[in-house]
Parts: sequence; structure tokens; C-alpha cells
Amino acid sequence: MALAQAKLDAAEARLAALELPMGGWSAAARADALARLRAMGLPGKRDEYWRYTDPATLTSAMPSGAALFDAGDEAPLFDGIDRVKLVFVDGVFDAAQSDDPAAAGVEFLSVVKDIHWAQGLYGVLESRGQTPVERPLAALNTAAARDGVLIHVTGRAAKPVNLIYLHQNETSDAILHHVIKLDAGAEFTLLENGPAAARFNQVLEVEIGDGARFHHIRAQGRDHERRTVTHIFTRLGAESLFKSFTLTANGVLTRNEAVIELTGDDAKAHVAGAAVGDGDFHHDDTVFVTHAALRCESRQVFKKVLKNGAVGVFQGKILVKQGAQKTDGYQISQSLLLDEASQFLAKPELEIYADDVKCSHGSTSGAIDETALYYLRSRGVPLRQAQSLLVLAFLAEAIAEIEDEAIAEDIRLRLENWLARHES
Amino acid sequence: MLEIKNLHVKLEEDDKVILKGVNLTVEAGKVHAIMGPNGSGKSTLSYVLSGRDGYEVTDGSAALDGAELLEMEPEERAAAGLFLAFQYPVEIPGVGNMTFLRTAVNAQRKSRGEEEMSAGEFLKVVREKAKSLKIDAEMMKRPVNVGFSGGEKKRNEILQMAMLEPKMCILDETDSGLDVDAMKLVAEGVNALRSEGRGFLVITHYQRLLDHIKPDVVHIMADGRIVKTGGPELALEVENNGYAGILSEVL
Repeated sequence: MALAQAKLDAAEARLAALELPMGGWSAAARADALARLRAMGLPGKRDEYWRYTDPATLTSAMPSGAALFDAGDEAPLFDGIDRVKLVFVDGVFDAAQSDDPAAAGVEFLSVVKDIHWAQGLYGVLESRGQTPVERPLAALNTAAARDGVLIHVTGRAAKPVNLIYLHQNETSDAILHHVIKLDAGAEFTLLENGPAAARFNQVLEVEIGDGARFHHIRAQGRDHERRTVTHIFTRLGAESLFKSFTLTANGVLTRNEAVIELTGDDAKAHVAGAAVGDGDFHHDDTVFVTHAALRCESRQVFKKVLKNGAVGVFQGKILVKQGAQKTDGYQISQSLLLDEASQFLAKPELEIYADDVKCSHGSTSGAIDETALYYLRSRGVPLRQAQSLLVLAFLAEAIAEIEDEAIAEDIRLRLENWLARHES
Repeated sequence: MLEIKNLHVKLEEDDKVILKGVNLTVEAGKVHAIMGPNGSGKSTLSYVLSGRDGYEVTDGSAALDGAELLEMEPEERAAAGLFLAFQYPVEIPGVGNMTFLRTAVNAQRKSRGEEEMSAGEFLKVVREKAKSLKIDAEMMKRPVNVGFSGGEKKRNEILQMAMLEPKMCILDETDSGLDVDAMKLVAEGVNALRSEGRGFLVITHYQRLLDHIKPDVVHIMADGRIVKTGGPELALEVENNGYAGILSEVL
């Protein structure tokens, strides 16, 4: 009882520190989310779903500060990609540094209107994603987000949209909520990169129409002390595709949740992540895939490289509903532990109510392959370079989930640079 | 070229002594063969020379053109011109064969202060050498040794040797697991590399490889030592009489 009360009190304390917006078309969805949050309370570390990741600094009324990262002379990510750039500084849109959003069909949550196409989507996928597992930080986001992008894709988008999240204030606390709707047959690529803020809470809701294709590549910024919680909620129509890849380098705490519902037949959802951490680094990938239609495919591919006491967490579930025959579900979570101080905690789950399905899962953690290392060195490859090659090889299966080769190469380069900075 | 003196080696993990005073000199331009029964220390010798972990040198030395090998890291030995063709080539998932080769070639060049090979130049050379070993483009694209047959793995070792152009080549049971045709192909690859400036140490159980790679000198190794040295006829003697006869004579 005391525990439950503490969670409710935490929610009230958090809400008291926030300025709750805003009228217009999203008001009803926000009120609904607020009511849900007040009933659930914020998560505590005794919650089963937060067993391996302490949510205290994500739920506290005020954020902990985070020093800014100096990227040196490294070129910004996605620099070579032809894209529409939209820059947020500590969670606030900065038109001066951005391309024209209107030209790319991007609207903003912060512009209050009475009627909007996103009404009926905003907070709806998030709300659906609260069962069977509660996600109070996502409800908080729906209730309190002050901005975010709203993108309605009706055909094949000419260019990717790149959301760039700059972090310039050491105590910023940003909440962004994006809604993307792909009509039947549409195709769209969303790129995201940057630390965003000292503390960042993000929700991305993606409704994917029949035959539509959605690609998502993001890189979470390198500020060592930043804290981030993200939720992706997506629902897939028939023969549609969802592909999401996340690179996480540094960050004292990151929790990335993906809640994926395959509701149309023959749809495919792939979610992947590569995380590299050195020292004070806690990275949690929590995925829930629901198969509710025929012949759908899902893949979860998560790889982590951990050193100097870094911690990796994976909680991945595949739920196959009754009638979701011919499901093909695949899940792999692996970590490469570069020393004995680092640890990886994995909780793979399958729950299957159909009898004609194929589901596989695997989870491993291990050290670098000494024999392969010796083989490379015996050919003249220096130790550090050989280690770096093997680490990239380990991450390759996750990076392979990126379809665009130029983007994949950019991601590989970031990893190489990170490895070079973290040699020892 | 390669000068091994009184080499004593034991396993790091336990006190098992494997090499008990190996003396061996391979001159430039010559092919030396080492034959010997299982457990005589042949593979250990090749691993110790190339710098594999797990062995402790308790006495002796091994020098390549006067440079002491045993104090170098494995990559330094490679840069100094030593190459070991593995008995069991290692599979490396996720690293493309072509990337691997190019990284190795350029790393060695860099450590010797030479200019790196451009992508175009590298491709041209590798294609030519791969062709003569019947290694197709598909094999070059695959991850290192992953899904390769036994013969493909050995051919891939010889390709690496051809690209790296080492001074001193050690072939550790390169004939094991090969059929006659594959062995011929591998032997042709090795013979193409024979030159005045290059030494070879060919480790094998059987005479048959030596039909294709003709040795100048044959050594018999037993119980951690070279117990007999002779010309090519020594290999034939092993083939006809087995090791037992020779060993009873020398031990």
C-alpha cells in the first residue's frame, strides 16, 4: 500500500513541477493521459518491468544536470544525407537552424488548433500500449508534451526528415511527442540524432497504413550524463513495413521502449539497436511485439558492447495472439563484455496462443574471441584495430537492419570513432 | 633467415613441457619440411613462432633476419615478414574476407613506413592472385572463412600469403583435410611464391604434400626435438617405414 502511494505521490510531484498545456484538438487526449497517469503513478524500482533499471532519475520532479559533450571536429551525423533538417534545442524548436518545415509537410504540436488530422492518433497508440504492461512515463509524455512534430505522409516522401536534438542547457528537461501517419502505400524515413537535453522523455507514435513503409534511424547523443526515456508505439497495416534502428553511444541512463502491433496480414516489423558504453552507462532496450494477424514477420536484433562497469538490459517479448498463424518471430540479444566489471541482463519472453508459428530467440553474453584476435594479429593487424574490427563485426547484424547503405556507413563510422576514443 | 636456437617451451596453464631444445635454421630461398608423429610439438613450434598466447618460452631464442621474434607482438612478427598458414583457419563472422585482407596488407605496409595500397590497386592485385587459386568473387565477399569448405579455407590462407608477401612462410599441416586436386592447387600456389629471398617451413605428417612442394631439407621431430635431418629422401623413408623405424634408430 505504501509502495503504491509512493508511486502516486511521485506522479503528483512530477506533475507539480510541469506546466501542463494546452487547449485545442489534443486537450481530450491529454486529459485522458493525465487521468491514466494519476491512476497508475510513476514507476518505482520494485516494479517488475523496472527490475533491472532504476527509474528514479527519470521520474524525479527535477532533472539531474548533465554536462555538455564536445564532439570535437567530428562531422555531424547524417551530414552527407539529403534531408530536411529540423532542429530542437533542449526540446524547443529552433526555426533559425532548421529547414522549412512546411515545405516538408511537417506541423507542430505546439501550434494549437481546434481540429487536426492527428486527433484520433495522438495518445491513442500510447494508450493502447498500456496493456498488458503499464508505461506511465509515456502517459506522462502524452499529458505534458509541449511540442513535437506531426507528419502525415500521403505518398512517397521526397527526402527523409531529420530531427536534430541539441543539448545546450545543463539542466534542461525536455518532453517531445511526435505523431506520424503513413497512408496506404506511403513511404517515409525519419532520422533522429542528438542528446536532446539533460533529461529527455520522448514518445513517437507511428500509424502505418496498408502497404506503407516506415524507416527510422536514430542515434542517441554522446553526452555522458544525459538521461533518456523513449517510447515508440506503432501499429502496422497489411503488407506494411516498420524498420527502426537505434545507435546509442554514452548516456548515463537510456531506456528505449518499442511497442509494436502487427494488426494487418503479411506485415513486417524489424527493430534493432547497437549500444556502446564505457563506465557509467546503463542502457535498457524493452520491446513488446504483438502478432495479431496472419503471416507477419518480426525481428528484434539488439547488440551491446560494454566496458568498465557498463550495464546493458534487454527485455523483449513476442506475443502471438490466437489466430495469428504463420507468424515468424525472431529475437536476438547479445552483449560483448570487454571486461569482467560490465554486465548484461536479458529477459527474453515468448507467449504464443497460435499453433502454427515459428518463433526463435537467443541471448548471449561473452568476451571478444581471442582466437579471432590472434588470427587477425598474425596477419599484421595491430591489436586495437583488430579489436575494433571484431567489435564492429559483432554489431554488424544490428547495423544490417539499416536499408540505406549510406546511412549504415555513417553509423559504422560513428562506431569506429567511438571505439577509437575509448581504446584502452 | 629463420634461426631457432635451443628453444624450450611449456604450456602456460600447466607444467607440460612441449619443446625441449629445438635447433633449426632455414636459409633464404630454401624449403624445409618438418615431419613427425602426433604430439611431437610441430604445431606448437608454429604457434610459438607466430606469437599465440598460452605458451611460455623457458629458454632459447628464435630470430628472423637477426631480429628476435619471441619478444614481439604477433602483429610485429607479421610486419617483420613472418607468416603462418594455419592448420585450422579461423572463422570471423561479420568481417568480410576482402576487408580483412586489405586491412592486413595496409596495416603491414603502414608499420613498415610504406604507402597504403589504394582500393583500386588492391582490387586489381587480389583479383589476379585469387584467380590463380580458383577463389571466386563470391568467396571474397563472404565473411572470413565462414561457410568455406576445408579446401577453400586452405586456399584462402595461401591467398593471404600471396598478398602479404612474407619473407618466411610457415605452413602448418596445410595438406590436412584436402583431396588430391585441392592439394595440388595449394601446392601450386606455394610453389609460385618460392623465390630466392623467401624461406619456407612446411609442417606435415605425410610425404604426399612433399611430392608437390619439393623440400630442400627434411627434419624429423619427436618429443619436442629435431631428432634427424636429411634430404628429400628422408621423407620417403618415413613414407615407407613409418616413424617407428627412424625413432628407434635415433632415440
